[in-house]
Amino acid sequence: MSLLIIALSIIIIGGLLALAVCKYSYLSTLLGVGSTVIGCIIGLIPVGQTIYYGDTTTFRLAWNIPYGSFFLKLDPLSAFFLLPILFLSGLAAIYGREYMIVYRHKKWLGLSWFFLNLLIVSMVFVCLANNTILFLASWEVMALSSFFLVAFEYEKEEVRKASWIYMVASYLGTACLLPMFLILGSSANILDFDLFNKSLSPLALNICFVLALIGFGTKAGIMPFHVWLPVAHPAAPSPVSAIMSGVMIKTGIYGLVRTLTFLGMPPLWWGYLLLAIGIVSGILGVLFALAQHDLKRLLAYHSVENIGIIMIGFGVGMIGWSSGMPVVAALGFAGGLLHVVNHALFKGLLFLGAGSVFHSTHNLEIDHLGGLIKKMPYTGMFFLIGAVAISGLPPLNGFISEFVIYLASFSGAMSMNSYSSLSLIGAIAGLALIGGLAVACFTKAFGVVFLGEPRSNDARNAHESSPRMTIPMMILALSCIVIGLLGAAIILFVSPVIGVVLGNPYTGEIRIASNYLLYVTAGSIVFIICLLTIAGLRWLLLSKRSVGQSVTWDCGYAAPTARMQYTASSFAQPITDLFEFFLRTKKNNTMPDSYFPAAAHFETHTADVSRESIYNPLFKTIDRFSQRMQVVQEGRIHIYVLYVVVTLLILLFWNMR
Amino acid sequence: MQISSFLNILLGLLFAPLFLGIINKTKASFAGRTGQPLLQSYYDIIKQLQKGAVYSKTTSWIFRAGPVVGLSAILVALVIVPLGGIAAPLAFSGDLLLLAYILGTMRFFTVIAALDTGSSFEGMGASREVLFSALAEPAFLIGLAAIARETGVLSLSQMLPAAHFFSPEVVLVVIALLVVFLCENARIPFDDPNTHLELTMIHEVMVLDHSGPDFALILYSSALKLWVLGLVIVGMVFPSSADYFWPVPVFMALCGLILLAVIVGVIESTMARLRLLRIPQLLVAAGSLSAFAFILVLR
Repeated sequence: MSLLIIALSIIIIGGLLALAVCKYSYLSTLLGVGSTVIGCIIGLIPVGQTIYYGDTTTFRLAWNIPYGSFFLKLDPLSAFFLLPILFLSGLAAIYGREYMIVYRHKKWLGLSWFFLNLLIVSMVFVCLANNTILFLASWEVMALSSFFLVAFEYEKEEVRKASWIYMVASYLGTACLLPMFLILGSSANILDFDLFNKSLSPLALNICFVLALIGFGTKAGIMPFHVWLPVAHPAAPSPVSAIMSGVMIKTGIYGLVRTLTFLGMPPLWWGYLLLAIGIVSGILGVLFALAQHDLKRLLAYHSVENIGIIMIGFGVGMIGWSSGMPVVAALGFAGGLLHVVNHALFKGLLFLGAGSVFHSTHNLEIDHLGGLIKKMPYTGMFFLIGAVAISGLPPLNGFISEFVIYLASFSGAMSMNSYSSLSLIGAIAGLALIGGLAVACFTKAFGVVFLGEPRSNDARNAHESSPRMTIPMMILALSCIVIGLLGAAIILFVSPVIGVVLGNPYTGEIRIASNYLLYVTAGSIVFIICLLTIAGLRWLLLSKRSVGQSVTWDCGYAAPTARMQYTASSFAQPITDLFEFFLRTKKNNTMPDSYFPAAAHFETHTADVSRESIYNPLFKTIDRFSQRMQVVQEGRIHIYVLYVVVTLLILLFWNMR
Repeated sequence: MQISSFLNILLGLLFAPLFLGIINKTKASFAGRTGQPLLQSYYDIIKQLQKGAVYSKTTSWIFRAGPVVGLSAILVALVIVPLGGIAAPLAFSGDLLLLAYILGTMRFFTVIAALDTGSSFEGMGASREVLFSALAEPAFLIGLAAIARETGVLSLSQMLPAAHFFSPEVVLVVIALLVVFLCENARIPFDDPNTHLELTMIHEVMVLDHSGPDFALILYSSALKLWVLGLVIVGMVFPSSADYFWPVPVFMALCGLILLAVIVGVIESTMARLRLLRIPQLLVAAGSLSAFAFILVLR
C-alpha cells in the first residue's frame, strides 16, 4: 500500500510541477510524462502483488470532514481495475508526449499534463476509496479533470459543446449516486463502505440498485445514458480518449460491482435488467458505430458496445447467482471482469492508432482516408491487431473473455428453468450478433482507412509516426496477443476478485473454465503453426516463379480513380438499411439529372437515437418549465424585497401557530 | 484422444475437394450435361499451385496474408469437428464457440484482403459477406445451444452423435443449420458459385484478384469449409456411437456427406438465387427456427 501512496504522490507532484512551469512546454511535458511513467511503474508493483496473492491491505489517515474518513482499501477487486488504469495511463502518457508537443505554440501544455495526472490519480482514488465522501470527492475530481482535458481545443465550437454535454451527463449521474449512498449509509455516523447498512428493506435495495445502475451506468456509457460518450471521446486529444474510453468509463463498472457487494444476494430481475441493458447497449452500440463517418466516434460507439458485453457477462452472472448456479455465476462475472481488462487494452490501442492517423493526416473522416498501411506500416499492423481483438476473434484476447461469457450462458441455458434459459439464449444470440456486426464494423474501419488507395491528399501525404508513438501501441498489441494465448492462466487471477463480489472465490468453477481455455490455447497454437507452415510453403512456391505486378481488375474500365473505391458508407449501407428502424439515418441526396448531369451530392447523418428521442425532449420540457418560472424573476429590486418580506411574514406566522 | 481421431483430419485434407465435384456432377445431371470431371477441383488446385502470381499495385501484405490466414483458420476448424462418432483431436466443452469464431477470423481476413484491392466490386462482395454472416451467426449458435440442452454436453464431439435425429427439435435445427451451411459456403439460394463475375454476388467476388498459389489456398479452404460445416449437419443426422468399430461411423459420415452434396446439387438445380433483399429474411427465419427448436427442448 505504501508503494501505491508513493506512486500517487509522484504523479500528483509531477502534475503540480508541470502546472507551475506550464508556460515552458518541453519542461512541463517532461515533468508530466516522467512522473506519470515512474508513478505507474511503481504503482503496478503493489497492484500486481495484491492480484497475485489475493490479499487486502488498508490505509487510514485522520480527516475531519463530516461523515468522511481518509480510508483506502486495496483488495483484489480494486487491484483488478487498477491494473489496466496504471498500465494504460503510463503508455498513453509516453504516447502523449509526441502527440501533444505539436500544440506547444498554441497551448500551455503544462495545464493539460496537470489535469491528466490529476485524472489518473483520481481514478486510482475512486478504486481505492472506502469511504463515501472520499469516493464522491475523487469521482468529482475525475469528472472535472477529464472535462478540462476534453475541452483541450476549446476554441472549436463542437469541442465546447461536447465538453458541456459531458459535464451535464456527469452531474446527472452523480445526482443518482448521492441518494444511493445516503440510503446505504442511513444508519452510520461515518460513511465508510464497511459500515453500510446490511439490513435494508427489499424496496430500499431495489432503489439503490436502480440508482447505481443509472449513476454508474452514465459514466460507463450504457444505453440510453451513453449520450456523452460519442461526443466527448472524439473531441478529446487521442491519448486522453484512450484513457477515458479504455479505463475511465470502467470506473463506472467498478462502482456498480462495488455497489453489488453492499447489496447482497440480488433478486432475479436485477440480472434480467442488466442482461437486457447489456444486449441493447451491445447491439445498438455496434450498429451506431457502423453508421459513423468519424474514426474516433466509431471507436467511441464501440465502447458502448463493449460495455454492453461486460454487462451481458454480469447479467448472466447475476442470474446464475440468484438462481444458485455457481458455474453460471462465477463464469459470467469472470468473463465480464476479463473483458474489462481486455477492452482497456484493445480500445486503448485503437484510440492510440486513430491518434497516430490523425497526427499524420490531420483527418479522421474515414471516407477521406485509405491506403495508409503502406505509409504507416506499424500503425496499420497494430491497429489491425486491435481490430481483430475487439471483434472477439481467436487467437487474440477479445475471444477469451467472450468465450467465458458464452460458456456461462451455455451452461445456464443447458440446465436452468425455462425463463432463465430463454434469457440466456437472448445473451447468446445477442453476443453472436454483436460479434458478427463487430467484424463488419472493424473490417470497414480498418479496410477503408488503411487499405486500398488514398482518397485524399491528407492520406496521400501521410507518414509513419515516431517510435515514441508506435512503441506504446506495440506494447498494447503484444499484451492482446499474450492474453489471447495465456487465457487459461490469466483467468485464475479473477478468482479472488469474484471472492470479493460473490463472497466465494469459486476456485473450482474457474479452474474448469481454465481447463477449457487450455484447449483454446491449443487451438491457437495449431492456428499459429498452420499459419507459419502455409506462409513458408507459399513463399517456397513463389520464390522461383514469376511474380508480376498489375492494376486491380477493373472490369475493363480504363481510368479508375481512388474515389471509385467502395467507401465506408457504401460498405455499411446494407446493414444500416436493414436496421433503419433503430438508426434513423438522415439522408440528403441530390441526384444527377438531365442529359448533362451536373454535380451530385449525397450525405448521411446518423444522430444518436437516445439523444434525439429522450434527452432533447426532456431538456426542452425543463426549459419550457423554467421559462414559466421567469414570471417571478422580474429584475426589479423592490419586487425582490417584497418576496423577502412575504417569505419572512409566512415564516413568522408559521412559527406563531 | 485416439489415433483414429487423426483420421478425420487426414480424410478431410484428402477428400474435401471431392464434394465440390459431387455437387457439380449432380447439377450437370439435372441439366442433362456430362459436366466437369468429378476431380475437377483437385485439378484446379494443382494447376493454380504450379503457377506464378500477379498482384495489384494497390495491394499490401494484407492481400497476401488473407488466403494464408483463411486456410490456417479452417484447418483449426477441421481439428475441432468430429467425423461421425469419432471424437475430434481437439474436443472440449465450448469447442463449438471456437469453431464459430475461428470461421470469423477466416472471414475477417478474406474481407480485408478484398478491401485491400481497392476495387469497388470486391468491396461490394465484402460488404454483403459481413452482413449475411453476422445474421447467420445467431442461427448457428442458438441451434447448437438447443442440441446442447437436449444432449446435456457442450462439445461437438459428444453432442452431435448423441442428438436423436427423429425428434422435431433436431429436425428444426438441421434445417436451420442447412440454411447457415448454404449461406456460409456461398451456395444457391444465397450466391451463385458458378462464375467469378456477373452472376456471383458475395464470396467469389471477394477473391477475384487472387491468383496462383494464393488462389489455390482459397479454393482449398472453401472446399474444407464445405466439409467442416457439412460434418456438423451430417453428425446430427447420422447418429452413431463410438461403440462401433471405427470404420463403420466413418463410412456412415462419408455417405452422409455425399448425400448432403447431392442435396446441395439438387437445391442448386431447382432453385434460383434469391434477391439480395430477401436473404436477411431467410437468415432471420433460420434463426427463428433455431430459437423455436430451443423452446421445444425446454418442454
